[in-house]
Amino acid sequence: MLKNHPTLTYIAGRASWYVVTFFVAITVNFFLPRLGDANPVDTIMAKVSEGLDATSAKAKEEAYLKEFDLVEVEPSGKVKRDAQGRPVRTSLGHQFINYLGMSVRLDLGSSILQHPKRVSEIIKAALPWTLALQLPTIVLGWLIGNGLGALAAYRRGVFDKLMYPLALLASAIPAFCFGMLLVYVFGIRLEWFPAVGGYDDGLTPELSFSFFRSASYYYVLPFFSVFSIVVGGQAIGMRSMCIYELGTDYVKYAKLLGISESKILLYMFRNAMLPQLTGLALALGSMVAGALIAEMIFSYPGLGMAVLTAIQGNDYPLISGCTLLVTVCVLCANFSVDVLVGFLDPRIRAARQTGN
Amino acid sequence: MCWSAFSIRAFGQLGRRAIDMKLLKQLLRSPFFVLGAGLFLLTLSFGLLGPLFMNLDVNTRVGLAYMPPSASHWLGTDHMGVDMISMLVAGLRSSLYVGFLAGTVATSVGTLIGLYGGYKGGLIDDVLTVGTNLFLVIPSLIVLILLSASVENGRSLTLIALIIGCTTWTWSARAVRAQAVSLRNRDHVALARINGFGTLGIVFFHIMPYLLSYIFMVFILQMAAGILSEASLSMLGLGPYDSVSLGKILNEAKTNEALTDGAWWAFAPAMVLITTIVFSLYVINTSLEGVFNPRLRK
Repeated sequence: MLKNHPTLTYIAGRASWYVVTFFVAITVNFFLPRLGDANPVDTIMAKVSEGLDATSAKAKEEAYLKEFDLVEVEPSGKVKRDAQGRPVRTSLGHQFINYLGMSVRLDLGSSILQHPKRVSEIIKAALPWTLALQLPTIVLGWLIGNGLGALAAYRRGVFDKLMYPLALLASAIPAFCFGMLLVYVFGIRLEWFPAVGGYDDGLTPELSFSFFRSASYYYVLPFFSVFSIVVGGQAIGMRSMCIYELGTDYVKYAKLLGISESKILLYMFRNAMLPQLTGLALALGSMVAGALIAEMIFSYPGLGMAVLTAIQGNDYPLISGCTLLVTVCVLCANFSVDVLVGFLDPRIRAARQTGN
Repeated sequence: MCWSAFSIRAFGQLGRRAIDMKLLKQLLRSPFFVLGAGLFLLTLSFGLLGPLFMNLDVNTRVGLAYMPPSASHWLGTDHMGVDMISMLVAGLRSSLYVGFLAGTVATSVGTLIGLYGGYKGGLIDDVLTVGTNLFLVIPSLIVLILLSASVENGRSLTLIALIIGCTTWTWSARAVRAQAVSLRNRDHVALARINGFGTLGIVFFHIMPYLLSYIFMVFILQMAAGILSEASLSMLGLGPYDSVSLGKILNEAKTNEALTDGAWWAFAPAMVLITTIVFSLYVINTSLEGVFNPRLRK
């Protein structure tokens, strides 16, 4: 079946590529934090050992060493010790294999800062917020930015002269700067919108009308801080793509034939859109990163905030859990864009068919 | 940085001419370029000449926390009572330094990999392309966070710049490779090969000169990306321990309640500076694009 279906072949190829990328990402995610000599157990012991006597502190340390997979454990559950009675450290390679096994089971270990809590629990609570903020912002921003860019390229004149510098400025402002400005002006000075947080203090996240109303009220400022930047960046890209398309022969020919303007615009839009779509796949990583930092400005209860608190508290399992998840999300989003391109781009169909 | 990849792509078949006087004249006639270059030179001279004309000190407390702008301290003081202008000049210098260093590293690595792979083709090119694409997809900020978090105790400004340079080179490698591929089969390259030039000789003397203007544009965008990345890292609390940077000023203002205290002078000027540098670099880039690519001019 695959053989006769160029689009499916293409998608299968992309999928296997992303599997490889995922493996590289997880490797990077494991080894980079371990480049330094920081030991999570030391960090956690400094916190909990106060007021403990030597033997119970030692027992606790042993339990943590086991939990963070830093020492070899005998089948009986005891920590393996060498001749001098020191615990045997697990080799890095062995730790990596254990880490892979745990990641496959979606077990990301436990957080140091909020100790008995699992990293997966913290992430599960934060992820919906990040998705709810970033997915609509990026998709909407992409659509509107491209529309504006195409229009500016086609109309030129005053509209272009006004839109272009504005879009350039919007894309030059870092998301967190714009976020801080919004918090200050609309949150603190004018008090139109709540400055920080994701919902009213008294509420708990649930599927109720009052919670939803409160959450959407808190949604406005973070949304705009990311949205305007995506729109700006996309509009600039689309504008230059469209100006490029305007100079091509098919547009000139269509104009000579007297085809209506709106139809030419449609042709042009379709052609300029594909590179914009692949461009989206490339830019997604930096967009998501920018949005994560914007989240922190608003103390939005999403992944950005989780990363920030994790970094402040040297909570390594939480840091690498979050970074892994963000990477996986970006890879998934990229893959969806690739699949979309596979269906939209006639060249992918044609190339394979002539190839066979 | 989002749109940089686009403008590079739209750029297409150009950037083949070396920079000459005619081009320079053309540039100076473009109001957009004058605006961008003017803004950039203005911020640059604020950072470079500031210490010569002003008495700057980022270590002494000259007053109380968050004192509003006054005659003696034009932009007030920060949360520690340090003169804000001194902080801004120092921060600007660090940001420019990071941008320059990170931009240089990223552009060199990217150009080298792109040129080499694009010219060589075959297996080497495939391997380099796959590697580039891998790290293009994995968000560079994530790699930056992981790396910076692991070098906790020695995060100097230079190290941060180097780390940024080593994680953001990917898209310039991609862009340069595309250009190198289109040059690979030119006659003069074949001629050089016949005359016994080695791979590196051809890459550096027969391909790179044609792409210099292009590489310069890549450098400008990489510089902007470097400045933004440093600011993002500092916002996360992963900034340099040894210097003041614009991102660090913003982070300190945020964590020390400048927003709720209404101390706009503690964060607004730093924002304006970051935005101005990045904006001016973007404007310079687009105006260069307009001159190198006649299609965009109208």
